[in-house]
Amino acid sequence: MSESTMKVMQEKDLRKVTSSQKAVKIAVQFMLYAFLILMAIIIIFPFYWMLISSVKSLSEYRLSVPTLFPREILFSNYVEAFNQANLGRLFLNTLYVGLVSTLLSLVITVLSAFAFARLEFKGKNTLFALLLATMMIPGELFTITNYATVNAFGWMDSFTVLIVPFLVSVFYIYLLRQNFMQIPNELYLAAKVDGTSDLKYLWKVMIPLALPTLISITILKMMGAWNSYVWPRLVANKEEYRLITNGLRNAFTESTGDVNIPVQMAAVAIVSLPLFLVFIFLRKYIMKGVSRSGIKG
Amino acid sequence: MKVVLQNLTKVFPGRNKKVNEEVVAVNDFTFTIPDGKLIGLLGPSGCGKSTTLYMISGLQKPTSGKIFFGDDDVTELSAESRGVGLVFQNYALYPHMTVRQNILFPLQNLRGKDKLNKNEMLERAQKAAALVQIDNLMDRKPSELSGGQQQRVAIARALVKMPSVLLLDEPLSNLDARLRLQTREEIRRIQKETGITTIFVTHDQEEAMSISDMIVVMKLGLVQQIGRPQDVYDDPVNLFVAKFLGTPPINVFDGRVENGRLYIGEDEVMKVKGVEDQPVTVGIRPEGFTPDSKGRLVCGLNGVEIMGRDVSVVSTHPASLNPVIRSIINADNKIDTSAETVKYSLKPHKVFLFNKETETRIYFEVK
Repeated sequence: MSESTMKVMQEKDLRKVTSSQKAVKIAVQFMLYAFLILMAIIIIFPFYWMLISSVKSLSEYRLSVPTLFPREILFSNYVEAFNQANLGRLFLNTLYVGLVSTLLSLVITVLSAFAFARLEFKGKNTLFALLLATMMIPGELFTITNYATVNAFGWMDSFTVLIVPFLVSVFYIYLLRQNFMQIPNELYLAAKVDGTSDLKYLWKVMIPLALPTLISITILKMMGAWNSYVWPRLVANKEEYRLITNGLRNAFTESTGDVNIPVQMAAVAIVSLPLFLVFIFLRKYIMKGVSRSGIKG
Repeated sequence: MKVVLQNLTKVFPGRNKKVNEEVVAVNDFTFTIPDGKLIGLLGPSGCGKSTTLYMISGLQKPTSGKIFFGDDDVTELSAESRGVGLVFQNYALYPHMTVRQNILFPLQNLRGKDKLNKNEMLERAQKAAALVQIDNLMDRKPSELSGGQQQRVAIARALVKMPSVLLLDEPLSNLDARLRLQTREEIRRIQKETGITTIFVTHDQEEAMSISDMIVVMKLGLVQQIGRPQDVYDDPVNLFVAKFLGTPPINVFDGRVENGRLYIGEDEVMKVKGVEDQPVTVGIRPEGFTPDSKGRLVCGLNGVEIMGRDVSVVSTHPASLNPVIRSIINADNKIDTSAETVKYSLKPHKVFLFNKETETRIYFEVK
């Protein structure tokens, strides 16, 4: 076989391999995107339903065959939602509870994560293992014991009862401790030699270095406060302590006992907006917290 | 400031609680480090040199013994109050701060009468940076610097508070060979310029010998020998020190002394006056061999490595405890590379005898 024919054959083979590789690649991509689009539809649909329901009239909403696109777009539902539900008050309450609990929770998380990551004391590992073990207990069980506890303290119907029971989150402590542990010990020793106190080292070095994790924790905690439903419903039913989720649940019941769903949906859309914005702009940090919990938690 | 170590001992509790096995990292270390000198703490890993450094810095507490800075007992003083400068092997720069902020950091912790105002701080930082020649990099982050530059920042940060003692923990280990050579000269220069008593830990004997005023050779927590580098090299007290110093390393042979004569294998190589008859371990520095047709030490010739000014002759001998014998010979000595054997006569002051059991030095008279 001459050299030139060999070359031609090689080229042919290469072209064949290349094109078959391309075909496989395209097929894989196609299936991948088909799957992603399907999942996206499944996830987006409830939001879509909320949005279209919020602009339907009550009679259109009650049709036995629901419309996928509203025949008539009624923004009046939004106005009604604002007037009926005292949304401003609910917003403020939730914001207050969210901010205070996030702030206190951050202080507790940072200090305990530092202690578990850097300080040397007897029983450190045992204590940390015990804390981690509490993550195994389902949250609902806590609800029962917490209820009994706060009841005994006489904290019912107050902001305290909404804030205090959830200040300590083992998961956040764990998350931050892992982050702190990745900071080389030499930095701590160098700071010590340079005359830095533990607290100053924490403030000047560790917190700036762990800032992304702290932002994640802040966002997750705020979202948690915004979304909490069962606990506030159990312990704080007075109007002045009511949080947003419960407020929405109760506000739109008509005298007949029916619920004006479109108006309620409009209110839900309003309430979701801040979370939606948080997600759009800070999703990097949210993903960080969530994906880590998926791998290690 | 002089630093005095008095019977310094550090014992780490064993990891296994049942066996109760303790590790003596530093054992009864006594040494006075003269003011303004550069001292190299030298030894293989695990010999306790870093532990010694950490005890001087105050990061670790000695199990027993005392440490004095000048005349002050600082044994119980915490690291924050000792005012030492410490440079780590991995630099330990604060990654989120600029070079300037890194260098300023120790100054911001000064309290009481040492407290500086902002301008004084900036001035001091600038001066320290100029000393290590990084004053043009002040606004960069550590991640934007090369390893050598980061090391300089670490040194500037250690120097900026004008420490009584400067401690360097393997400062050159993370640098490449050329930079290492350059940086060690730099450290020497900075030390001379500032006159700060400096203690420098390394496992690289060449590094320690080249820049130290004195070296301390350690092994398994025990100080083996303290002295000027040349003195320790020329006059090792035991086999470990002889083996640890020098590149290429010392050649070691099985030997014996009979009637004041030294035998290596069956070759009677030289007279050793004043040594009793006994089996010995013989150490011969690579530069202790002279090719000599009448030489008594007959070795099988493996090859010759040309190094320019010198040649390195690789040979074998049945009594050698190393796989090959390496001798450094002036290139003017023409070696017949086709020959099967090479004959050496020995320079007596490059030959050391050691007790076979204890490995301590046996001295003999050199004419």
